[in-house]
Amino acid sequence: MKITHPGHSERQPMSDHDLEQLQNAIDIIVQKAQAFGLDFYEMRYEVCPADIIYTFGAYAMPTRFSHWSFGKSFHQMKTQYDYGMSKIYELVINSDPCYAFLLDSNSLLQNKLIAAHVLAHCDFFKHNYRFRHTNRQMVSAMGTFANRVLQYEHDLGRAKVERFLDAVLAIHEHVDPYPDSVRTAKHVVDKPAAREETPYDDLWSLDGIGKPEPAKAPEQPAKPPASRDLLMFLMDRCPDLQDWQKDILSSLRQEMLYFRPQMETKIMNEGWASIWHARIMRDMDLAPDESLEFARMHAGVLAPSRFQLNPYHLGFHIYEDIEKRYGREKIFEVREVENDVSFIRNYLTRELVEKLDLFLFAKQGDEWRITATGWQKVRDGIVQQITNCGFPYIYAEDNDYQRRGELYLRHSFEGVELDGSYVKKTLPHVHHIWQRPVHLETFEDNHRVLYSFDGQNVERKLLQ
Amino acid sequence: MAASRFSISREDWSLHRQGQMDQERHLEKVREAIKKNLGDIISDESIITSDGKRMVKVPIRSLNEYRFRYNWDKQQRAGQGSGNSQEGQVIAKDGSAQQKGPGKGKGAGEDAGEDYYEAMMSVDELGALIFEDLGLPHLDPKKQPDLTAKKYQWEDVRKTGLQANIDKKRTIMEAMKRNLLHGKAPLDGFSRQDLRYKTWEEKYEPQTSAVVLAMMDTSGSMGEFEKYIARGFFFWMVRFLRTKYDNVIIHFLAHSTEAREVTEEEFFTKGESGGTRCSSVYDLALRLINEKYPTSLYNLYPFHFSDGDNLSSDNPKSVELVGKLLELCTMFGYGEIDATSGGPAYYRSSTLHALFQREISHPRFASCIIKDKSEVFKALRTFFGPDALPNMQGVS
Repeated sequence: MKITHPGHSERQPMSDHDLEQLQNAIDIIVQKAQAFGLDFYEMRYEVCPADIIYTFGAYAMPTRFSHWSFGKSFHQMKTQYDYGMSKIYELVINSDPCYAFLLDSNSLLQNKLIAAHVLAHCDFFKHNYRFRHTNRQMVSAMGTFANRVLQYEHDLGRAKVERFLDAVLAIHEHVDPYPDSVRTAKHVVDKPAAREETPYDDLWSLDGIGKPEPAKAPEQPAKPPASRDLLMFLMDRCPDLQDWQKDILSSLRQEMLYFRPQMETKIMNEGWASIWHARIMRDMDLAPDESLEFARMHAGVLAPSRFQLNPYHLGFHIYEDIEKRYGREKIFEVREVENDVSFIRNYLTRELVEKLDLFLFAKQGDEWRITATGWQKVRDGIVQQITNCGFPYIYAEDNDYQRRGELYLRHSFEGVELDGSYVKKTLPHVHHIWQRPVHLETFEDNHRVLYSFDGQNVERKLLQ
Repeated sequence: MAASRFSISREDWSLHRQGQMDQERHLEKVREAIKKNLGDIISDESIITSDGKRMVKVPIRSLNEYRFRYNWDKQQRAGQGSGNSQEGQVIAKDGSAQQKGPGKGKGAGEDAGEDYYEAMMSVDELGALIFEDLGLPHLDPKKQPDLTAKKYQWEDVRKTGLQANIDKKRTIMEAMKRNLLHGKAPLDGFSRQDLRYKTWEEKYEPQTSAVVLAMMDTSGSMGEFEKYIARGFFFWMVRFLRTKYDNVIIHFLAHSTEAREVTEEEFFTKGESGGTRCSSVYDLALRLINEKYPTSLYNLYPFHFSDGDNLSSDNPKSVELVGKLLELCTMFGYGEIDATSGGPAYYRSSTLHALFQREISHPRFASCIIKDKSEVFKALRTFFGPDALPNMQGVS
């Protein structure tokens, strides 16, 4: 749970007396949560200082491997905390038993609210369908990988291992979170095979009848199916990987698959936790000053933001609306069978869009303007924004492009262009793994564009 | 439903340093990146015009975490108002809509949408990176045998000494040792034999003393760019001298057709107009040296920056005076700022730099031409780098 601009008051760590009181309060909170029907794993609450919460926040896990980019975000987050610009109150791990880290400098009341909040998160982890296959022992799995990374650094030198981690981290969002489903991307070309294959096939194109696809060397052995799981594709198809490199690819892929359900259910999960922390806390015997502090904190967590959707706020109101319309049981069902995309698609109504004053905005010239307020446009805009967790779809299409062992990636264009300057800087990372020329096809200004990196220079050219 | 169990605990996390260690690694990479780009960074206007005290922002592109990502400028995003938001309403001007953490910014004239990491650094930290291997070349320590400085160093501990110099810590240690040896409580009274005194020794350290003359052309032909470069060079030179040397004397001399000594502040802020007679400032330098700084006692380093556009009638005299200066000084450095790069070659052939190249060949003479901002760093290294005055080997 994070609050922007909380107004800073640096507090002493909780006293032992407070801790004891918190223990008693959590006892009651757990009972109330169960009475409401929440079902969670055994909870391990850990009270720790800000440095530690911020470390875990930056690494997303207490046992993750070391990398400078985590140090960078740790530094940025900690600076924001030190200047009172934002504050992380807790971190909860999807694991069994479930670990929840509470901030030492929280007040007693704040930690009560957070204890209730994370119970609902844990219920969500345990019941939402996207989490069904996550590894609940990931804490130790990440820990052993972190140790292997240390060992690699020791054996091979830090620079070498770090360089490879840099490269894999540049593309590590590109995994396929639904690996079980049979998917053959529709743009895999097998049409030419249907035609008779003769050396004169290209003559057909002259008369314009039944134009074959641009010759893609039809006689070559079956290509692997296009895959949006870049890490898997590289692991399987990259010619000269060493064992430690395969281990890094495979482990980072596992980590991303583990985090992925949380990224896909941010609105649902935070909304769920906010609904229940509010109800549990209102059901507690709070002293008047505690009630006031609760109300203030709850309002802070749910404060809407002009330029960014606040998932706590949006999720909270959608659940309340569902419950009002269909009853309590329905929200338990929804938390089980939806993810953010379907949640928004199915339950963000016209009334909600208007009540919450949601809109779409975009840059026009040097101004940011509201571009849509109509509820369907807004709903679809939000869906587009969170589809694939906001990452572009990149498919690995060919591991032997131009029959020279080159890698061909294709951005599946869905209306929003890639950031070209970032493509130019990311391709060298892919090249570092692949070790041969790499290409990325995308769309810019209604043209097919190909970015290529041969190890020296990035080239951009228009395709026919 | 089975009662869920829970536990609450608080452990000692004080040895958990992963965040700090990776933060340190990040900073190390920041410093590496800065070192690679010092040329561009040090001539940045915000740094040179800073008072030298505040923190400066150093843009570092290599430490962005690049990804395949959408072009933010061409994407619609969802936001939320406080009621009654209308289509077409402007909600922000450029820049303010992005929730940026500290340490991020967008550079003017960059590719659209490219933001990069900016490290915060004090000018001193930056200086430390720049000055790492710079030094005054051929600084002769023997110049001033009489001017050695007396230094007191606390070096020894003795059983007798002045009461005021008693070493309490050692005295207590002695008392504890003695008491424990006799099976008593550690602090069971002191005896005279426990007392320990600090004593000092007088040391004589040879002092080097250097005089640097910062000479700058402030005539009308020195445009914005030329002044900026000259001041940029002197800004870092002054910081470098004061960081690395305890006692270096700096004189600031400005000239157009006339030369005069100015204060540091005037030197860095004021411009003049009029023609250029470089001999005037060389003459002033010679007079200053003859009056105050006998060469037997001082290492002398005059540096002159100009656009090279000297009155041609003054050229012979300038060459003659530089020759005289070279006889007295450890080094004479001349920097010429060439804003006309790419211009006709015949024009450059008439500058002071070309003249000096033809007329002066002296191992103590060093010169360089600066064509753009990033070459301020090159100039610093020409005059103060490890390879300054390559022909001085064997010359004393």
